[in-house]
Amino acid sequence: MDIKQGDFVSFIGPSGCGKTTFLRVMADLEQPTGGEITVNGVSPREAREARAYGYVFQAAGLYPWRTIGGNIRLPLEIMGVPKAQQAERVARVLELVELSGFENKFPWQLSGGMQQRASIARALSFDADLLLMDEPFGALDEIVRDHLNEQLLHLWERTQKTIAFVTHSIPEAVYLSTKIVVMSPRPGRITDVIESTLPKERPLEIRESPEFLAIAHRVREGLRAGHSDE
Amino acid sequence: MRRGGGIEFKWQNEEGGGVRSVLPVLTVVAVIFGVWLLCVVPMNMHLVADQAQRDGAVVLPDTPNARQDVGGVELALRNPDLIPLTYSFKRPRLPSPQQVAGEMYETIFTKKITSKRSLVYHGWVTLAPTLLGFVIGTGLGILLAVGIVYSRVMDRSVMPWAIVSQTIPILALAPMVIVVLGSMGIQGLFPKSLIAAYLSFFPVVVGMVKGLRSPGAMQLDLLRTYNASGAQGFWTLRLPASAPYLFASLKIGISASLVGTIVAELPTGARAGFGARMLVGDQYGQPLVSWAALFAAALTAAALVGLFSAIERMTLRRMGMGAT
Repeated sequence: MDIKQGDFVSFIGPSGCGKTTFLRVMADLEQPTGGEITVNGVSPREAREARAYGYVFQAAGLYPWRTIGGNIRLPLEIMGVPKAQQAERVARVLELVELSGFENKFPWQLSGGMQQRASIARALSFDADLLLMDEPFGALDEIVRDHLNEQLLHLWERTQKTIAFVTHSIPEAVYLSTKIVVMSPRPGRITDVIESTLPKERPLEIRESPEFLAIAHRVREGLRAGHSDE
Repeated sequence: MRRGGGIEFKWQNEEGGGVRSVLPVLTVVAVIFGVWLLCVVPMNMHLVADQAQRDGAVVLPDTPNARQDVGGVELALRNPDLIPLTYSFKRPRLPSPQQVAGEMYETIFTKKITSKRSLVYHGWVTLAPTLLGFVIGTGLGILLAVGIVYSRVMDRSVMPWAIVSQTIPILALAPMVIVVLGSMGIQGLFPKSLIAAYLSFFPVVVGMVKGLRSPGAMQLDLLRTYNASGAQGFWTLRLPASAPYLFASLKIGISASLVGTIVAELPTGARAGFGARMLVGDQYGQPLVSWAALFAAALTAAALVGLFSAIERMTLRRMGMGAT
């Protein structure tokens, strides 16, 4: 399976199917037991050392003792980006996630959705081509989630990033992705890979269109097929 | 604890440091003083009765031996006119609060601070090694904690010894250390500091180990995705995350340090310091001296802990954690 530059790929499946593990292997946070993954043509380890990806976790995990700006600066400081550039980049990614003006607020002063947006900004700040997202909106309520999904699409369009996105929400996967990877548990394997036929421009209403529902149906079928194996 | 642990940091928010805690504290203080005031009468009654009889008063029962068979409360009830005297008896078994306060006022405010009778002088003699010992103990504690967190060998080898070190009765150890160092010609400030450091390093080790390990697996993974070095992880994540734990430890450490210094002053015939005053008061039948030193030491400890609470609040607020 290949993920092309600029793709938005979702990994969907029930708990325990290994979708998070797969993402973590891509990020070199875990070692694969078999098979081979290359990220930008190199091993995950080399990709990590080259800081080739930004990783967004399920929880925002902002440092409570740093302001929003300080949190976004964290990777830049670690990577030794010059001070002058840091400020400019922080301002740019804050604008991307629509958090301009919150730079000097502390995390506890922001809502959960805003914190997660800040954590996305943090992952974007050092301009990696690849964005790995592990159920980033899993802990948020449906309304906030819809809004963030829409924002994420805009962001993807503007930045041309390649995004690998783990979720267990079917509508979320269908709405966001150009490619959906359906996975099944025990043993974890891929049951279907769906190329989305939805247009690039996707208003929230698209989720009621027959095309959308057809894809969602196919995803559901794939998930069921995975379960009938047991 | 380390793996899969909390994703969020567990910050302790200092609350109730202000007005809300005043009333409960005052209530407890009032109860303590009430009990104290009540106890003064029966505790001193026999001494007062003996003295009153020598001064020509009529006391019931009328011989010291007969009075020994009567309890303090009963004696007070049978000689109610002697009760006020128990609060001002010169060498009481239990001094009254106002006597202690008077003695403290006299020795703190009316004596020159260079005088051997000034509690301020004795206070400084105790405070200096306390602070030095605290600095040594805290520094050592932090270094050990960093070692324990980063080295499996140190985790296995140092931690058990740190725990064992605290099971040795300090009352047994302190004289040995003081005497051995004394025989090597090392006297005064340093041996006392050593005991103070010995008592204060432990809470710092325990607190800092816990604090340095408080970042969850996700936080560590995040730094890994940045390919951060160990040192960067320490300075940007582990150290700031440990700040609340460190402050909790410092407050325990500073009071332990003071206790250590006083214990170090007790057994060796030290002539100055709170510990020496307590011992002198006991040995020469001057309970007021002991009690004044005891309360001065307690107030000093309270002031030190209060100081660190204030620093803690300021620091955590500046770290964005105080206002929640």
